[in-house]
Amino acid sequence: MVNLGIDLNGLSLKNPVMTASGTFGFGEEYEDFINIDDLGGIVVKGTTLHHREGNPYPRMAETPSGMLNAVGLQNKGVDYFISDIYPRIKHYKTGIFVNVSGSTIEDYIATAEKINELEHIPGIELNISCPNVKEGGMAFGVHCPSAVAVTEAVRKVYKKHLMVKLSPNVTDVTEIAKGVEGVGADSVSLINTLLGMAINVEKRKPALSTITGGLSGPCVKPVAVRMVWQVFNAVKIPIVGMGGIMNAYDAIEFMLAGATAVQIGTANFIDPTVTIKVIDGIKDYMTRHNISDVNELIGGMIIE
Amino acid sequence: MKKVELLTVTKNRRINKEYVIIHAASNEKLPEIFPGQFVEIKVENGPNTFLRRPISIHEVDESKNEIILLIQEIGEGSRLLAKLREGDTIDLIYPLGNAFSIPSKGSKALLVGGGVGVAPMLILGRVLKENGVEPHFLLGARSKEILMELDNYEKIAEVGVTTEDGSLGIKGFVTDHPLMNEKLGEMEIVYTCGPDPMMRAVAKKAKEKDIKCEVSLENLMACGIGACLCCVVDTKDGHKCTCTEGPVFDTKELKEW
Repeated sequence: MVNLGIDLNGLSLKNPVMTASGTFGFGEEYEDFINIDDLGGIVVKGTTLHHREGNPYPRMAETPSGMLNAVGLQNKGVDYFISDIYPRIKHYKTGIFVNVSGSTIEDYIATAEKINELEHIPGIELNISCPNVKEGGMAFGVHCPSAVAVTEAVRKVYKKHLMVKLSPNVTDVTEIAKGVEGVGADSVSLINTLLGMAINVEKRKPALSTITGGLSGPCVKPVAVRMVWQVFNAVKIPIVGMGGIMNAYDAIEFMLAGATAVQIGTANFIDPTVTIKVIDGIKDYMTRHNISDVNELIGGMIIE
Repeated sequence: MKKVELLTVTKNRRINKEYVIIHAASNEKLPEIFPGQFVEIKVENGPNTFLRRPISIHEVDESKNEIILLIQEIGEGSRLLAKLREGDTIDLIYPLGNAFSIPSKGSKALLVGGGVGVAPMLILGRVLKENGVEPHFLLGARSKEILMELDNYEKIAEVGVTTEDGSLGIKGFVTDHPLMNEKLGEMEIVYTCGPDPMMRAVAKKAKEKDIKCEVSLENLMACGIGACLCCVVDTKDGHKCTCTEGPVFDTKELKEW
């Protein structure tokens, strides 16, 4: 028997494998394929104060070992989430996080306050790193003062686990990580997508309606692992690592770099059962390496 | 219920320079599959085929638990699929999407397919006939050389053909065919799948005669199961996912159609 349970700054998860926001719907989309209760946690689709239609089509482009997206936080708003979606998913025996985004600090506060009332939602992931919205989103997350301001404001009204999702589109990710830690973030998750772009050469047109979009998939993994390692050396709060995880080895790599838990994103599109395979693969790895507690992997890279 | 499953290729037959037809067998009884639904195929080998490919279900053979897919070689993914051989396995998520509606018994339906868009018309024609509807096929292609084998369609119903170069059937586009003109008024419903300009032209003619028209859209997709929200189409009720709320839409629901 191996212990897969982890502690995310006081919040216990049954294993370190979570799903990344925007890649797993509200969990329900995957019920035909896996038992959601087997996951350590799920982060449901980005939620804003008001309904958002998102960006026009096309919103996606396949790129070498990855993809660009420009969905733009399409969602029906937090009130709809509370009235229609929450009652359907609250029974999941997994850590349910709501990814919260906004155009203004007031939006973030109002949305977080509403989510705070939901008994079966133990945490939010504060999205200050979405590259696909004109106002807010990444604009907050790429400058330290605004990242700190929004985190501090939400911290005042949100009483449960506050995870802050960091953008890789910055000069020094540790500065932002330290900043949000300093104003009460319980954990940080990283990386959100990298700002990217693709052009259809035959048509001489941008591949995305928004021209630029967020790059994800295995192509970003080395960047993500590097950033997790840097942040691990800079902060004391737990790190939730993500960026191109396709299998258990990738997940373990993030943990060795310093992640307490991981999120699986784009891989869900290719294999809707990937999360379960990753959990099983971590168990196998631990058995082979005589590791009884998954926590031993966190920051466990050996430097000679 | 949707599932992800490895199927075995039992046949991969080239029908002309651009198209192959792949038969893939499941070890289990196939779930119920409706005309208009699709599969997401995982293409192995290579960084340039990272995402699955959505492919329309051409036909099913329930006696052999086979799904039959029509593949047009247009990019790296479809070229790799065209090379699959008997005994190879393919990883499918299926059945996905909604389905074409079936009108009341005794009515007439026009099934208009262009290019690889003919794919769902075969299974649709068969199911319509089984439900007492009278299907009429209208298939369009650039040239005779890349038109589908017509026998399978002819077994079900009359087949009208147009080719852009006039090498078979009526010269021109599907909208030039009598089925889309003099005879259109007899139809209860028009179904169409193919290149966007073709579908819009068909939808326009149907609208002029106030005939219901269902289109099968081929938007770019990532997940195929309604999670990523990439494949949206603009409808009168806002953005809808082509993968779960489509691919079949009544053109009345769509904006700018």
